[in-house]
Amino acid sequence: MAELETQLPKSPTGIQGLDEITGGGLPQGRPTLVCGGAGCGKTLLAMEFLVRGVTQFNEPGVFMAFEETAKDLTQNVASLGFDLEDLIARKKMVLDFVYIERSEIEESGEYDLEGLFIRLGHAIDSIGAKRVVLDTIESLFAGLPNPLILRAELRRLFRWLRGKGVTAIITGERGDATLTRQGLEEYVSDCVITLDHRVNDQVSSRRLRVVKYRGSTHGTNEYPFLIDEGGFSVLPITSLGLQHAVSLEHIPTGVPRLDAMLGGVGYYRGSSVLVSGTAGTGKSSLAAHFVDAACRRGERAIYFAFEESPDQITRNMRSIGIDLMSWVEQGLLRFEASRPTVSGLEMHLARMHKAVNAFKPEVVIVDPLNSFHVGSNEIAVKAILMLLVDFLKTNQITGLFTNLTSGGNESDQSDVVIASLIDTWLLVRDIELGGERNRGMYVLKSRGMAHSNQIREFLLTDHGAELRDVYVGPSGVMTGSARLVQEAQEQARKLTRQQEIEQRQLELECKRSALEAQIATMRAVFEVQEAESLRIVRQEQAQEAQLAQERVDMGISRKADATEKTPEGESK
Amino acid sequence: MSEEQLHDSTEAFERALARPREECYMLRLYVTGMTPKSARAIANVKAICEEHLKGRYELEVIDLYQRPQLAEGEQIIAAPTLIKDLPLPLRRVIGDFSNSERVLVGLDLRMKT
Repeated sequence: MAELETQLPKSPTGIQGLDEITGGGLPQGRPTLVCGGAGCGKTLLAMEFLVRGVTQFNEPGVFMAFEETAKDLTQNVASLGFDLEDLIARKKMVLDFVYIERSEIEESGEYDLEGLFIRLGHAIDSIGAKRVVLDTIESLFAGLPNPLILRAELRRLFRWLRGKGVTAIITGERGDATLTRQGLEEYVSDCVITLDHRVNDQVSSRRLRVVKYRGSTHGTNEYPFLIDEGGFSVLPITSLGLQHAVSLEHIPTGVPRLDAMLGGVGYYRGSSVLVSGTAGTGKSSLAAHFVDAACRRGERAIYFAFEESPDQITRNMRSIGIDLMSWVEQGLLRFEASRPTVSGLEMHLARMHKAVNAFKPEVVIVDPLNSFHVGSNEIAVKAILMLLVDFLKTNQITGLFTNLTSGGNESDQSDVVIASLIDTWLLVRDIELGGERNRGMYVLKSRGMAHSNQIREFLLTDHGAELRDVYVGPSGVMTGSARLVQEAQEQARKLTRQQEIEQRQLELECKRSALEAQIATMRAVFEVQEAESLRIVRQEQAQEAQLAQERVDMGISRKADATEKTPEGESK
Repeated sequence: MSEEQLHDSTEAFERALARPREECYMLRLYVTGMTPKSARAIANVKAICEEHLKGRYELEVIDLYQRPQLAEGEQIIAAPTLIKDLPLPLRRVIGDFSNSERVLVGLDLRMKT
């Protein structure tokens, strides 16, 4: 690539995107043909090439107009911020209007275009021009007689331009079967660019294509381009490459249970999130939660709405307890609502770019994406979305897109188109069971984080979205009433078990009491017996003492051998 | 309006019609250097003027190489170009003037057939 560039010097156009497609610009010192139908932006492309040549690359330019007067041209491009009068005054640009009035001209014999050559040569030399535009040279064919001479002279003109070493743009009106009405492509064959302004399904879009570029590689696709107050910009799909830095920071989704499903932390900052699902599954509500959470952190958010008006969104979100209006009033949230059909995709993208650049949000919502799917423009939608995602990622903005699917088939065709661009893909879907529809949600993918593989039931309550576990029964997942029934049954079973436990505990207590009572009785009986026994023992002892005493007394009375003071024990 | 006045204006109109023939022709011939084509053009124009406009024309021959700035001012594209400034309307004839009939048409000296 670099080698090719050294072989073929190029003049950068300064036009956003065009230099990337052409690998550096137009062939330097050679003429380039820009052709297209009426109103497709040929003159503007050429004019911007000159103006940017002066302002960015310090290459003066000559604009030779065959259709518009210098005054008209100056006025027309002033709206794009090009001050031609200033450039002309600074001798950086020459604007020459070639006036040809067929009725004034009579031909007599052979002529040549040497006058034009001298005129152009003089203009080039007077400011040292490096760039030349001839817009639209085909007008000569209408103004001058004898096309044969003209053709020969044009061939000579282009050769002469090469000799002059100026980079030239020649514009030409599109012909029926040829690129240009007069077949200019035969003469200008180094680089041919066609512009196209087409209307598909009532939506207009502009396309640019490099038909040929001798001696250089170039992007061969049709690229959408747009013309706005900033001038001409081509949107090459690969313009940003895949070089964006990524953030390790997480930002909460606004729904705590969803954070838990996404590795407990939420989305990555700067990632792209897709929420897809069938109608009425709560996609916008999830988006609103995300916005709400962002605004709570003091971050800014832009909500691009393509189906509902801002008022409608705020009203609807209030019903689930999210007050978006207060964020709007605090200047943290901005709504950008428009119908997708209001302009082509490129214009929408440009509008988004502009809004994002102006508002500098951390979070961008696009609700919904599928509004752009008109007819079979999936490739265009993907291209635009890719540009948008790239743009957001480069700016570390987290994008949340919602997408309506047609149901039945979970990964609808439109999802597949954009799926590869998406980092985190949440699927909200209807679960029909037991005669009712309930919302279910799961994380289809989430790049770079451990995420839950569970289906959660997704409820919209008056205080926001809630995620519940679903019961998996014999007939699949259970949601809604079925879940409630299941919950009730579990509750009942739990209660029964608890009662059983209590019963057993009670019984045990009973037994223990009985046992203890028995022990007490036995102890009482024992005590009674013990007391009785002791009493008998004492009685016996008393009797014995009595007997002994009686014996002593008897002895004394008999005046036996015992002395008076003999103790009892020794008397034996 | 009286009959007499109407009559007078018709006469004036006819006089006006006749007058251009006597009017002085201001002609400018732009050539690009002394190429054979330029030489041929100058010779042809001179011959035509001498034949049809003898004594009542001024012919200026300008070499664009010498005064290139005139090309823009005079809206010249083709060469050689003969411009008739007066009498009005302004007319241009391009070519080497080999076809003298066309030159005369271009100078309003002859009606287009």
